Amino acid sequence: MTSPNGALLEADKLTIQFGGLRAVDQVSFVVKPGEVYTIVGPNGAGKTTVFNLISRIYDVTDGRIVFQGHDITRVPAHRIARMGIARTFQNIELFEHSTVLHNLLIGRHCRNRTNLFTEIFFTPGVLRQELEHREKVEKIIDLLELQHYREQIIANLPYGVRKMVELARALSTEPTLLLLDEPASGLNIEETDDLANYIDDIKNDLKITILMIEHDMRLVSRVSDRVLAMNQGRVLAEGGPAEVQRHPDVVRAYLGA
Amino acid sequence: MRNIFKTSYVQDIRLFEHGGHVFWYGLLLILVFAAPLVLPQFFVGEMSLVFIYAVAGIGLMVLTGFTGLASLGHAAFLGIGAYAHNYFVTKVGVPFPFALMLAGFVSAGFGIAFALPALRMTGIYLAIATLAFAVIIEQVFSHWASVTGGFRGVAVAKPNLFGWQTTTEVHFYYICLVVLIVITLGTRNLLRSATGRAMMAIRDSEISAQSMGIHIARTKVTAFGISTFITGVAGGLLAHKLQFISPEAFDLILSIQLLLMIVVGGLGSLHGCFYGAIVVAFLPQFLSLVKDVLPPSIGNIPGLQGGVFGLILVLFILLEPYGIYGRWRKTRLFFEIFPLYRRATFKRQRGYLKTERMK
Repeated sequence: MTSPNGALLEADKLTIQFGGLRAVDQVSFVVKPGEVYTIVGPNGAGKTTVFNLISRIYDVTDGRIVFQGHDITRVPAHRIARMGIARTFQNIELFEHSTVLHNLLIGRHCRNRTNLFTEIFFTPGVLRQELEHREKVEKIIDLLELQHYREQIIANLPYGVRKMVELARALSTEPTLLLLDEPASGLNIEETDDLANYIDDIKNDLKITILMIEHDMRLVSRVSDRVLAMNQGRVLAEGGPAEVQRHPDVVRAYLGA
Repeated sequence: MRNIFKTSYVQDIRLFEHGGHVFWYGLLLILVFAAPLVLPQFFVGEMSLVFIYAVAGIGLMVLTGFTGLASLGHAAFLGIGAYAHNYFVTKVGVPFPFALMLAGFVSAGFGIAFALPALRMTGIYLAIATLAFAVIIEQVFSHWASVTGGFRGVAVAKPNLFGWQTTTEVHFYYICLVVLIVITLGTRNLLRSATGRAMMAIRDSEISAQSMGIHIARTKVTAFGISTFITGVAGGLLAHKLQFISPEAFDLILSIQLLLMIVVGGLGSLHGCFYGAIVVAFLPQFLSLVKDVLPPSIGNIPGLQGGVFGLILVLFILLEPYGIYGRWRKTRLFFEIFPLYRRATFKRQRGYLKTERMK
């Protein structure tokens, strides 16, 4: 389901003001279904803030966010996952004292239909639901090749694996739109290559649209269909990866000339 | 080391992971059911106190150990449960099991009413708010004489189960045991399903819990409700155990004892409630035994019990933050994978890599 203009997600003149600072200023863009759309920009450009606006952790000062034709500008944060928007965090926000499996099962929370009373008695319905969650989660584990880590505590896992677990947890929510906040930061070249393949799989096999923030231009060029460049809360340029990289304003923003 | 060959997802959901658990827990169950046949009356009485403490401990564990919200006021909910239970039994004439449940619901009502405004706070501020609540409730116990008997307190009769008047410690022992088993199973069920996972998610990272579709406020209020319900039920039992309830029975020291119990037992595990309950219930007896041996200059120091409780709490926080259950897990793992045990397995990791917290 999309908006009349064919957009999956539409950001319309997004603005947020923290005191005297406009972290995001009149940012508009449109994400079409099935594409990988990347936001690039130097540190402090307001990229993560845009994510926090879409996942409704922050309230916009001005502007609108439309997802699948619904205005989600005022939808509470905990309902966003249910609507089909999942996200990862720049610096990994996993549930560290739990196992990988447990983390992914929490990702299933927004699809849960049991209530407190059936859970206390652990009725057959609850058991059925748990098994259903587990099967969905196992599919994601297969896709991202996490079988080996399934029962391990997050605190014992290396950074690269944690990044993958976070991606897996976001996928467990069965999203339509996946927000990836710097998925390749802290990954080595090999892991980044794997990530590029996974992103392709997610896009082509799971048919999930991806909105991504990323600094690694190699990865950006490889997977993105369209790129948006931001600096100091404003849009600098939009277009294909190569086109945006050549754009004079973008070059200036990065080199500071 | 035991290697479990898993052939079905149900194996990960079951109450007991493998046959070994069934055997040991079964044996434990038989032992506690047979215990009154061999133990002297005094110990039977002490054991029922352990069970009551364990129920209260589970209540606090749900809140502090699993949802990560500290409470310094749980004695108040024990008190509410105790007075409510006694009121329903004596003044209204509700049969014992229903009165116990009603006591739980009254306590949960207070808990939820407190939680709704208080859950905007976290950490130390929430702890202070719960402390303030407990002080207020203690005043209410003292002054609402028509229900609570005021400062003079009220006597509590032995439980009457649908016309069958229980008389001995042994009868009461079995009542406490059954309540404990029911509460333990219910809590365990909750923890292995969505609500329990949501609580633990909030404990570990509110921001990502929210992004996974967990309604933070509602889950916290639910945790408060369940926690205070269980504590209220424990209060109802405690009223019978004490045989006489007065406001000073539910003071700050009791709240701290409850907290001590779950920290010493092991935060974040149901087992911890039981270990902690044993420590808290038997320590006073142990101290009074030791007192006779110690020179009078040490043994007769006023406040010795409080001091020892405090010391134990500090030592555990410093040396074994995972409590008795944590120590047991480490010991077991050491032997299971001998000689490959690494001390770092249980090391607390420092969170250098946390997102800038948005709240």
